[in-house]
Amino acid sequence: MNNFQYSRANDVADVIRLLAADPGAKLIAGGTNLIDLMKENVERPSRLIDISRLPLRNVEETPDQGLRIGALVPNSDLAYHPLIEQRYPLLASAILAGASAQLRNMASVGGNLMQRTRCAYFYDTTTPCNKREPGSGCSAIDGLNRNHAILGASNSCIATNPSDMSVALAALGALVHIAGPTGERTIALTDFHRIPGDKPHVDTNLSTGEIITAIGLPPRGFARNYSYLKIRDRLSYAFALVSVAAALELEGNAISEARLALGGVAHKPWRRLEAEAALRGQAATPDHFGRAADLLLEGAVAGSHNGFKLELARRAVVRTLMQAASGTPQSQAHKKIA
Amino acid sequence: MNGYVGTPTSRVDGRAKVTGAAKYAGEFAADGLLHGFIVDATVPRGRITRLDTSDALKVKGVVDVLTHTHRVALADKDEAWKDEVAPEKGSPFRPLYDDRVKFNGQPIALVIAEDWETAKFAATRVRVEYEQEAFATDLETERGTSAKVDQPHKPRGDAAAALAGAAVRHEADYVLPTEHHNPMELYATTAVWDGSGSLTVYDKTQGVQNVHKYLCGVFDMKPEDIRVVSPYVGGAFGSGLRPQHQVVLATLAALALKRSVRVVLTRQQMYGLGYRPMTIERVALGAKSDGTLDAVTHEAIAVTSRYEDFSRNDTGWAEQLYKSPNSRLSHKLVHLDVATPCDMRAPGAATGVCALECAMDELAVALKLDPIELRLKCYSDRDQSEDLPFSSKQLRECYARGAEAFGWARRNPAPRAMRDGKDLVGWGMATGVWEALQMPVAVRIVLTANGHAEVSCAASDIGTGTYTIMAQVAADALGLPIGNIDVKLADSTLPQAPVEGGSWMAASSAHAVLGAAEDIRQELARLAKAIPDSPLGGLNASEMVLVDGTISKAGDKSRAVAIADAMRHGKLERIEKQKLNQFAEDKSHARNTHSAVFAEVKVDEELGVIRVTRVVSAVAAGRILNTKTGRSQIMGSVVWGIGMALHEETVMDHRFGRIMNANIGEYHIPVNADIHDIDVIFVDEPDDRINKLGVKGLGEIGIVGVPAAIANAVYHATGKRVRHFPITLDKLLG
Repeated sequence: MNNFQYSRANDVADVIRLLAADPGAKLIAGGTNLIDLMKENVERPSRLIDISRLPLRNVEETPDQGLRIGALVPNSDLAYHPLIEQRYPLLASAILAGASAQLRNMASVGGNLMQRTRCAYFYDTTTPCNKREPGSGCSAIDGLNRNHAILGASNSCIATNPSDMSVALAALGALVHIAGPTGERTIALTDFHRIPGDKPHVDTNLSTGEIITAIGLPPRGFARNYSYLKIRDRLSYAFALVSVAAALELEGNAISEARLALGGVAHKPWRRLEAEAALRGQAATPDHFGRAADLLLEGAVAGSHNGFKLELARRAVVRTLMQAASGTPQSQAHKKIA
Repeated sequence: MNGYVGTPTSRVDGRAKVTGAAKYAGEFAADGLLHGFIVDATVPRGRITRLDTSDALKVKGVVDVLTHTHRVALADKDEAWKDEVAPEKGSPFRPLYDDRVKFNGQPIALVIAEDWETAKFAATRVRVEYEQEAFATDLETERGTSAKVDQPHKPRGDAAAALAGAAVRHEADYVLPTEHHNPMELYATTAVWDGSGSLTVYDKTQGVQNVHKYLCGVFDMKPEDIRVVSPYVGGAFGSGLRPQHQVVLATLAALALKRSVRVVLTRQQMYGLGYRPMTIERVALGAKSDGTLDAVTHEAIAVTSRYEDFSRNDTGWAEQLYKSPNSRLSHKLVHLDVATPCDMRAPGAATGVCALECAMDELAVALKLDPIELRLKCYSDRDQSEDLPFSSKQLRECYARGAEAFGWARRNPAPRAMRDGKDLVGWGMATGVWEALQMPVAVRIVLTANGHAEVSCAASDIGTGTYTIMAQVAADALGLPIGNIDVKLADSTLPQAPVEGGSWMAASSAHAVLGAAEDIRQELARLAKAIPDSPLGGLNASEMVLVDGTISKAGDKSRAVAIADAMRHGKLERIEKQKLNQFAEDKSHARNTHSAVFAEVKVDEELGVIRVTRVVSAVAAGRILNTKTGRSQIMGSVVWGIGMALHEETVMDHRFGRIMNANIGEYHIPVNADIHDIDVIFVDEPDDRINKLGVKGLGEIGIVGVPAAIANAVYHATGKRVRHFPITLDKLLG
């Protein structure tokens, strides 16, 4: 770990001022990922700006019947918040599928969006990694890539985004509220994370000097027909090989609205509107779900060790949509994949 | 002897552990304590051409940086570096000895600072350059370079011819990956400098006297100038049998700086220690059509380092389990640019028996026989390698009791035939076997007139329950309540003990306690008889027993003298007896523990997700000294076996010769959510030949057979045979 300066910010304006004054600064809230990366010398911030005391811990209803979630709400608090449990259970479920109880207690919502890939080469400073050291090469492309991306990857990087929460947020059409030196702005969560292209060191479209202040949820919560299914190498405390967030609105057995996002397969939560459009007006059947899966996975490319993900993702999509359609969402507490 | 032995007595050290009163090696304080942080090599092979510590030394708070060119003298002969567990062949690794890099993650410098954070930070300021050399770390690509190891097993008959002529044959490679122990406690040493040249070394180890002798040799110190203490160990599983890097480095620093120094490894650095070596196990079985075996061949090809030949008995276990007139066994090593492997719970057997038991399952399928029936047809009442009977072998009873508890009779033998809703259900079983070893151990008992006894020995308790069983045995032997027994362990100045390993410590330490207690009894008998008008007058010592704080006539409590009275009359405040217990050599019988393991898996075939929903382990291991700690041992082993079957694998990128999952986030072991019902059955196994108490030991047997039972259950569920462990879902989907 490097030595660093420490500043405590009292409000958002403070943060923006401190960020502007020190281009090497990083924000710290729960620190569950940043501290690990600092211990490994992957992140070497000149300054940590402690934002944990900022007044961004509320979950509020918005005039349009949506929600505004402060960036510092701990993951656990959000998952067990009555409004989330009742109206956005997909989000609650996805959060509880991630990490461990201890980590969820520490981790903030904004920090969850900012967490970095768990690619082993990114973590090991002795190996080439374009994300850590631009231009040094990607060790994963010809290396150990069993858990790497099959969608949206590039010749520079095949890392995946590790977040579960983001996958549900993508499916729910969440917004990211951002404050920065030029004022406030709001972008769709699906536009927040990037695909790697030739700049894999840039994870998100958050600009220098900006801070996430809140997450916005639109009114539609899909509380009746949803499921979050996470497939991994053990039943808890492991990153997704493939995860699926699925949400439906049904009229009888006909789908009137569908949402579908994949985790563990790309540099960002993977959502494709064509796949959802293909479901609208269709009956909730495995065949239709399979077709949606094919559309969602269009363009997927297997690496040397992750070819299994293509078929696994397809099957997981169908299963998750079936769970959603039947109103029997995947439990994150039972010792069983339903 | 009745009382505590054989009961579910709670751990005598339990309260100290859960309240934090129990101190571990990295927790001992010392005045002016310095902290060391290790710099590791980042290449697998080569020479250090430049090791520039100047920037590190400029960091405020840094006291020194030790390297191979800047250190106190270290022994230059291999003999000094060979600890009691070192492989016979080879030249043990010497930390900071010279400019050679032998494995990735090798310690090459120690930064010492006033606090740990400063040392860790300054370690990033040490500049290292290497002259790299060509290297190889991949067993599968290098298997052609293997060299045969001498093994005690002699070929019997003509296995090749018998195989060629067998009515039914099964032959396959089973691949078991490298695994790391990952004990919860990190390796740590606090070397306390006493100001006059001698050291007290608090070390995480499975053998304080092994470390003591090693440090005396490595640093050319007098035995009385160094004391090694390790009262509690937070798991080791074999990784602490040999002295590890940190004890050399902490001692080196303390001697160099004449100050107390602590060195704690990081979790990542723990992957630079020993490990269970990857093996490719080739098993061939030839059977007659009636299911009796005609030939067994088992060849293991295992990883070792370039500098030491580490090997264990992977291939010999069929000799004890299955009758076959023809047998050929061989063990080969591939020398790679990696650290030397080491023992890990049931070394050799955990991997070798896994391969054998998967192969037996495949043979049963080929023969259309029930897996238990096949094993009973091949059941061996003799250890065929030495042609000896067993001191005891209740394996048939393990099969019967385990099968009954599991409900094996309800198994539909056809693969893919059993279901639970959408899930495929598989039932598999396997046999486990381990050795029942015993070693010389000495114990000292000091009995005081108030009826309290201190029992002391250099043995370690690595979490297995040694404190507790020694207290139980002592309480029974001395006729005292267990609360009056104080057990002191793991100090090199205490009576002799070997490393705690190989499942030998329970039997060895228990009988050492009995030996010393017997001398106490004799002394008390003498004192009691000397009392005027003694109620024990006219009796021989052999007719007296220690019971309820008295020495009394066996079977007649009315003729008794309180221990306190006997000692008061003898004008003794304390009786101290120390005795070395040596087990009489007896080559007339083989000594083994056995188990039958039954596993149920439920497989979501579409997604490849496997759950181990039930495990029944029926164990025959002689007398169980403590059914509570014993059960815990077996349950922990079963959990580990589930990990071996489904999760555990140290992953190396062979382009870099570097472990890529050196942390417990990415090195997967089972979590609670992966563990369902585990049922442990101890089968009665009286054994009056092996030792007085009939104790065999439980440390290893619980894991042996578990991965094979699960792999066999996965086959039964799915019809897919995965021979490359761990059985991850991609292998089922593929």
